[in-house]
Amino acid sequence: MTRKQLLDPSHSHDELRARYATVFNPSLKSRLIAPAILVAAIGLFIFGLVDLDFSPARMMAGLHQLGWFVTLMIPPNPGSSLPAYLTAMGETLSIAVLGTTIAAVVALPVSLLAARNIVPSNIFRFPVRRFLDSIRGVDQLIWALVWINVVGLGPFAGVLAIAVSDFGAFGKLFSEAIEGADKKPVEGIRASGGSALHEIRFGLMPQVLPVIAGQVLYFIESNVRSATIIGIVGAGGIGLQLAEQIRVLEWQKVSFLILMILVTVALIDWISSRLRFAIIGKRAIA
Amino acid sequence: MPLAISTLPDQQLNALKHAYRKMVARKRRQSAVTTVVIVVVLFVAAIGADVDLRTLTAKIANFTSYFDRILTLDGGARVWTDIGEWFWGWKKWLSLLGETVLISYVGTLAGAVVAFSLNFLAAANTAPTPWLRFAVRRLLEFCRTVPSIVFALIFVIAFGLGPMAGVLAIAIHSAGALGKLFSEIVENVDMKPVEGVRATGASWIACMRFAVLPQTMAGFASYTLLRFEINVREASVMGFVGAGGIGQELVVAVRKFYYSDVSAILALIIVTVFVIDITTGWVRGHFLGRERRA
Repeated sequence: MTRKQLLDPSHSHDELRARYATVFNPSLKSRLIAPAILVAAIGLFIFGLVDLDFSPARMMAGLHQLGWFVTLMIPPNPGSSLPAYLTAMGETLSIAVLGTTIAAVVALPVSLLAARNIVPSNIFRFPVRRFLDSIRGVDQLIWALVWINVVGLGPFAGVLAIAVSDFGAFGKLFSEAIEGADKKPVEGIRASGGSALHEIRFGLMPQVLPVIAGQVLYFIESNVRSATIIGIVGAGGIGLQLAEQIRVLEWQKVSFLILMILVTVALIDWISSRLRFAIIGKRAIA
Repeated sequence: MPLAISTLPDQQLNALKHAYRKMVARKRRQSAVTTVVIVVVLFVAAIGADVDLRTLTAKIANFTSYFDRILTLDGGARVWTDIGEWFWGWKKWLSLLGETVLISYVGTLAGAVVAFSLNFLAAANTAPTPWLRFAVRRLLEFCRTVPSIVFALIFVIAFGLGPMAGVLAIAIHSAGALGKLFSEIVENVDMKPVEGVRATGASWIACMRFAVLPQTMAGFASYTLLRFEINVREASVMGFVGAGGIGQELVVAVRKFYYSDVSAILALIIVTVFVIDITTGWVRGHFLGRERRA
């Protein structure tokens, strides 16, 4: 079809129709599929609202209460418990740092077993990967509950909870980093007569460590966020204070604690992104 | 061919050797300092978190014995020898799991709708005015930085116990997280179609609808499914604070030492999360193209 024909409406219309039949006359099936999915999605949504007890009256009452709480939250005020909150925040930071580090140290050898270029055999790799998956499939708060049963209430349970659940995540991420590493240095080591351990130590680790360090820093950052909440089930840190103040309806303290968490998280974000830039360079992150 | 190894004159060689040694020494110093800093940080953290190695050695046995206990039925037999006895409450648990999945479905969808309506305002290339963009971005940031379980705690007090608080908490958190991801997708679109639509005299909304949306729809759907996956996990713990779902049952079982129930509920949660992960992964892979996991 020439340009002139295309620009001439009287001539081209029928021809276009014939040419792109599926665009002008889509089949019933393809025409119905999008609305059908939409209707099903909305239907399930409405069913969910009904099943989960959403009633407009309840919603209005709740929003009214919520508005009332918000007015009570202003201005944020720690009262006389500021030192206690600062200690709790320190505890939260400690939990995050320690938990993440333990997870990384334990996950490193295991991730070697889960990497395709280290363990070529599927039979060994598969169970390791599924094991990591099932650890990840359980929420951090559940791990916190389990550890509280083992070592008792307190921040130590929080450290272990973060260590275990991050172990699952690190195992996967590290093994992906290892699989992405360049083979040539490893082959060089092998050619010079190095053992398998030498290959890993001198061929692989120098490539992988900066990536891993970046990931660990990133996880410390995100764990400061999650460490603020594991206190809710009794595993130490600022979450404990927050849950308590919410339960006794001390709204000014609640808003102060939330602000404190937001500021700390922003601060940690800033510090750790600076460190990450220093370790792996700006471009690798962006 | 005779073997010839040329050596530099001593003076030049010494200078190079010296420079090499200096480099090595500097690198060693750097790693020593880093190691010391890390050790000090960990030490301080260990004190801050009340870590007591004696408790750990004394109680590590509890860890294995805890798993031993949750895998034992009241009668003393291993759980898998009598599946019927192990999953005695399966009817109740399955309906609670259904509630959990429904909480995350409704929460994710509501959050995605909010994120969808806000993200065009938050993206740099489509925001109508800078101050609106700034305000929307701060709002989204707030929504995703406050942990959803904190929202749930507050909502339980405002709306009463039950899944409603969980749904709202998940919706808010999803709106914050998805709003950011959506706006990043929008920032990466090709702007030529937008210019084309604008050239026909279309309004801002028409520009979004006919130029931006067709490019971004698959990405939006993909991220929403990913979020749904995460939210199922999150909804499984909403019950800890009374916001509905299977978590309530689990926390009761843990606190009251119904050991075999703990393992049964955990097993059900893990299987559910697996099934959801695999299904959504399959849907994403087949219908939406292989989007990179964020």
